[in-house]
Amino acid sequence: MRLLAAFHAAANPNAIPAPHIEYRAILPMLIVFGVACVGVLVEAFVPRVHRAVTQTVLALAGLVAALVAVVANTGLPRRLVVQSAVAADGPTLFIQGTILALSIGALLLIADRSIGADSDFVAQAADLPGTEQERASVRAGLRQTEVFPLAMFAVAGMMLFPAANDLVLAFVALEVLSLPLYLLAGMARRRRLLSQEAAVKYFLLGAFSSAFFVYGLALVYGYAKSVEYGDIATSLTSSDRGDSLVIVGLALIGISLLFKLSGVPFHWWTPDVYQGAPTPITAFMAAGTKVAAFGALLRVFFVAFGGLAWDWRPVVWGVAIATMVVGAILGVTQTDVKRLLAYSSIAHAGFILTAFAATTRASESSVLFYLVAYGFMNIGAFAIVMLVRDADGEANHLSRWVGLGRRSPLMAGIFALFLLAMAGLPPTSGLWAKVAVFQAAYQGGAGPLVIVGVLASAVTAYYYLRIIVLMFSQEPAVEGPTVVMPGALSAAAIALGVAVTIVLGVVPQTVLDLADKAVPFLR
Amino acid sequence: MFSYVPIFALFLLAGGFAVFSIIAGSLTGPKRYNRAKYDAYECGIEPTPQPVGGGRFPVKYYLTAMLFIVFDIEIIFLYPWAVAYADMGVFGLVEMVLFIVTVFIAYVYVWRRGGLEWD
Amino acid sequence: MLTTHAASGVFSVTWLIIAIPLASAAVLILGGRRTDRWGHLLGVAAPLASFVLGLVEFATLVGKPEVERSIDNHVFGWTIVEGFHADIGLQVDALSISFVLLITGVGSLIHIYSIGYMAHDPKRRLFFGYFNLFVAAMLLLVLGDNYLALYIGWEGVGLASYLLIGFWSYKPSAATAAKKAFVVNRVGDFGLSVAIMVMFATFGTFSFTGVFSAVHGADPATLNAIGLLLLLGACGKSAQVPLQSWLLDAMEGPTPVSALIHAATMVTAGVYLVARSAPIFDLAPTAQLAVTVVGAVTLLFGAIIGCAKDDIKKALAASTMSQIGYMILAVGLGPAGYAFGIAHLLTHGFFKAGLFLGAGSVMHATKDEVDMRRFGGLAKPMPLTFATFGLAYLAIIGFPGLSGWFTKDAIIDAAYHKGGTSGFVLGSAALIGAGITAFYMSRVVFMTFLGRPRWEADVHPHESPKVMTWPMILLAVGSIGAGYVLMLGGRFANFLAPVVGHSEEPSVQPASTAGLVTLAAMVVGVGIAALMYLRRPVPAVAPAGSFATVAARRDLYGDAFNESVFMRPGQYLTRLLVFFDNRVVDGAVNGIAAFFGGFSGRLRYVQTGFVRSYALSMLGGVAILVAALLMVRG
Repeated sequence: MRLLAAFHAAANPNAIPAPHIEYRAILPMLIVFGVACVGVLVEAFVPRVHRAVTQTVLALAGLVAALVAVVANTGLPRRLVVQSAVAADGPTLFIQGTILALSIGALLLIADRSIGADSDFVAQAADLPGTEQERASVRAGLRQTEVFPLAMFAVAGMMLFPAANDLVLAFVALEVLSLPLYLLAGMARRRRLLSQEAAVKYFLLGAFSSAFFVYGLALVYGYAKSVEYGDIATSLTSSDRGDSLVIVGLALIGISLLFKLSGVPFHWWTPDVYQGAPTPITAFMAAGTKVAAFGALLRVFFVAFGGLAWDWRPVVWGVAIATMVVGAILGVTQTDVKRLLAYSSIAHAGFILTAFAATTRASESSVLFYLVAYGFMNIGAFAIVMLVRDADGEANHLSRWVGLGRRSPLMAGIFALFLLAMAGLPPTSGLWAKVAVFQAAYQGGAGPLVIVGVLASAVTAYYYLRIIVLMFSQEPAVEGPTVVMPGALSAAAIALGVAVTIVLGVVPQTVLDLADKAVPFLR
Repeated sequence: MFSYVPIFALFLLAGGFAVFSIIAGSLTGPKRYNRAKYDAYECGIEPTPQPVGGGRFPVKYYLTAMLFIVFDIEIIFLYPWAVAYADMGVFGLVEMVLFIVTVFIAYVYVWRRGGLEWD
Repeated sequence: MLTTHAASGVFSVTWLIIAIPLASAAVLILGGRRTDRWGHLLGVAAPLASFVLGLVEFATLVGKPEVERSIDNHVFGWTIVEGFHADIGLQVDALSISFVLLITGVGSLIHIYSIGYMAHDPKRRLFFGYFNLFVAAMLLLVLGDNYLALYIGWEGVGLASYLLIGFWSYKPSAATAAKKAFVVNRVGDFGLSVAIMVMFATFGTFSFTGVFSAVHGADPATLNAIGLLLLLGACGKSAQVPLQSWLLDAMEGPTPVSALIHAATMVTAGVYLVARSAPIFDLAPTAQLAVTVVGAVTLLFGAIIGCAKDDIKKALAASTMSQIGYMILAVGLGPAGYAFGIAHLLTHGFFKAGLFLGAGSVMHATKDEVDMRRFGGLAKPMPLTFATFGLAYLAIIGFPGLSGWFTKDAIIDAAYHKGGTSGFVLGSAALIGAGITAFYMSRVVFMTFLGRPRWEADVHPHESPKVMTWPMILLAVGSIGAGYVLMLGGRFANFLAPVVGHSEEPSVQPASTAGLVTLAAMVVGVGIAALMYLRRPVPAVAPAGSFATVAARRDLYGDAFNESVFMRPGQYLTRLLVFFDNRVVDGAVNGIAAFFGGFSGRLRYVQTGFVRSYALSMLGGVAILVAALLMVRG
């Protein structure tokens, strides 16, 4: 290649030199992206009968291969690649690995057809809900298998988002990750109107926030004359111009990122979308997008805008407190399990933001650890939500969950484990995650945030424990929902969640050290 | 000031073309009138009476527009490449082929799934 | 000077002595019904194995020169936090090995006896499980090399005692008795635990070697406090005044339990504690005085109660209380008395266990009758039981030549030799107590074995099976011979001296004044009992009796005192606290919860469901954030 380029350069004096691309460093993303494209072709050519199986195998193989590639990349030196557009450093590898692991879990849930009559995905999305065409599609056993390539595109976007080292690529990744999710949120098989409403809300608000991102990008570019994080950072130190431009740009970009991770006051979409989307997609979103968005948030704010830390930190304090408070308090009166878990994820985002407010190295590693713990417990929790069903699908109302512990002690017990992990009780991973995050916040000087965090944890613990009490202490209704035994795929996902939650609860040190070695972000 | 003259000229040309088309059409065309010809044309959709529920636009219009946008953008990317491809060498060729292939995959999907059928 | 050596050879497996019964207990308790058929055999084999190992260690220990007779076996270390080292180790020296032999030896005999005694009980296997658990805990208590290990064993025996007293849990009286024992013991345990805490706070360590080397520089007030607290603990476990009320009720348990736990071993744990803590008590005169007073009061207390009890087991229990009073009195006398107290403990183990096993044999023969007024003349149908019981009886009243005479007289002598008013008072109390002991023990023998038969028509007394009589015979042999073995030539005193200090007085003076007066008291006591119970027929129903009899029947108002002084005020306090908890604490908690619930209920309407309001809020948020950022910067 280089010889050819050299020859070419010698022949043509105007030759534009080929950019140097480190393929090995970006191989994981390329694999996932390639799998997604092949998935689209599978959709086009493979006969309907074999489509689901082919897609599942392809997607799983792709994710596993990408995970192997990430692990193989840990030996590479930490540097900026692809003309400084992508940062191949420790946090990237950690986050990409986490996203891939979480996506494997979510994919197992997406692929499972054994729960209920068929999978949770719509038979034919183009059918209007409630029409004869829809009934015909369901009878024909159709299934919209485009969910697989869409999910793969989303994963590719999630992997690129925290790795991007310039704002334009970050925006592209943001869109690549978001657009499939808008679609996926609308593809539930049952309660389609609710699902489509969730999709439209997510799309509208998501487009709104993406617009903010681009506007902020433009303003920052105007100030720094470059979109690369490193260049922005140097321009902050060296420029002597008024910085209101970059402050506003920073605010707008931050707002867009806060939208993605459900920070108050940009969290409005979370309860509705989590509730309406098909539960495997909710699991996917709750775990994957949070991880990707936090990774990007950390990179943008610590690398690009680190010089302005004194300026944005007080605002982050305010946002963190508001997020924790809203997530904790509004969750108390929720009656729908998925909405409740949505508010709980808002609260968790708040807890992570407390560590984010302290811009130390410990805060970076504690955030990474928290994301791992949080992602797996959420995938597991939503997997169990999928299993509680009655005649017309999932029974999400808490009143239907009464006494489930008597009917199915194992599944209720596992759900209780995840709830305890979310509450941060030993011996689960949630405890160490909260300890790490609060400790980092405290050492970074955000003591009041820790106090609010602990109080908010107490309030969230209330509604988690309320569910546990509900499940175990009362008799189930006679015609109430049952807990379906999970198929092999879902069981594997649940087992993964349980394993990570317990292992990280008992021996967190390995992953904590891993996170610690991964940071700092490459400046 | 004088550097803007070509723009004015173009403006005049465009306006003249529009005016000429209308006048020429009304002068040279046959004069058969019926009610349908006075209706506003909306690609076959009856504007009144409004059907119950507000009337839905058939989604095929949207699909056509979306596909158009996607391939139009592809063309837009092809233009600068076409101009400078000699300078970009083999790397540029490979990159552009990959880009076209990616969009082509989308095209294949649309074709196979019946997105190109009008009805 | 006794130096502690690290464990080697047979001593490195000292932990097996505890582990074997513990493992056996685990198997029997957790194994369930499956182990029913062979459970009792395992239950007997375990303490026997420990006894064999203990014998081997004893032999090895004796073979060593005197200064080396203390071996420490470090089992495992346990550090909870920095600066808090609580290692579990086992110490083999003269004191602990004596106890080990007593516990495992007498214990094994009683285990064998239980095979026969509990033969008709369907839960026999569980009984052996608890019994082995007790043995393991008691062994840990005496073998531990630090106060923490001792405390673990202390609690363990308390638990085992509770389980065994309440073994026939379908009997409400048994369940109540078990609870009472546990609760009263708790008071004592409180004393012991506070003592250990004070020790740790003052000396920074729990181990015996550490504490005892540090006592010399300590403040006497602290040492007195520790001593008094240790005494409180000892009172609880050994049923001394003021914590004596549980022992008589504990007779609800099966007779082997009464024999082993409430006669030979567990109740002697208090004596062990005081003897082991000798270096502390030697430097805390107030505490020592308290110990002797408690011992003296209890020995009289128990003796008086024993005079009026018609239940044979309760009479023997009162006798135990009294005899332990002797032991406590002895160890309270300082170096002069430690050896005698422990020696009396060992001999008491033999004859009291023998007495209880005999009582069990009698109960077994008379369909579990315990009221002595329905016995009478049992010597004829049960000669073997009468013989062994009689020998043990002679030992306990201090008949010359038998074991009790050696040890009890030694205590009385040592008390008088203390000198001063206290010495005279203590010695006289012990002497009078000896007389009363002779009286009530003779009463028991006369009412049970001699005189006219008074049993019911359907009762056919018969001798017990061999599995029950052989242990009784062996214990009777011990009752006779233990005295010679231990006391002649001051052997035991010398053996124990490295641990508890030398005493200047020779051990036994048969012809001393005190000894002769004691003999006279004994004869008087036997004589009065013979007059009352041998000459005259024993009434079938207990007569009304004088004020003293009534008081003695009511345990000298011990329970009534506890109830009015502790229980009633305690109940009032509890009710007050419950009221406070319900109103104030719960009110606060519920109030906060209600506040959050209400707040949440109102706040959730902000989530309207309309995208337009969401977008508007987001825009508002954007505006606020940007404004805030612009204001805050710089």
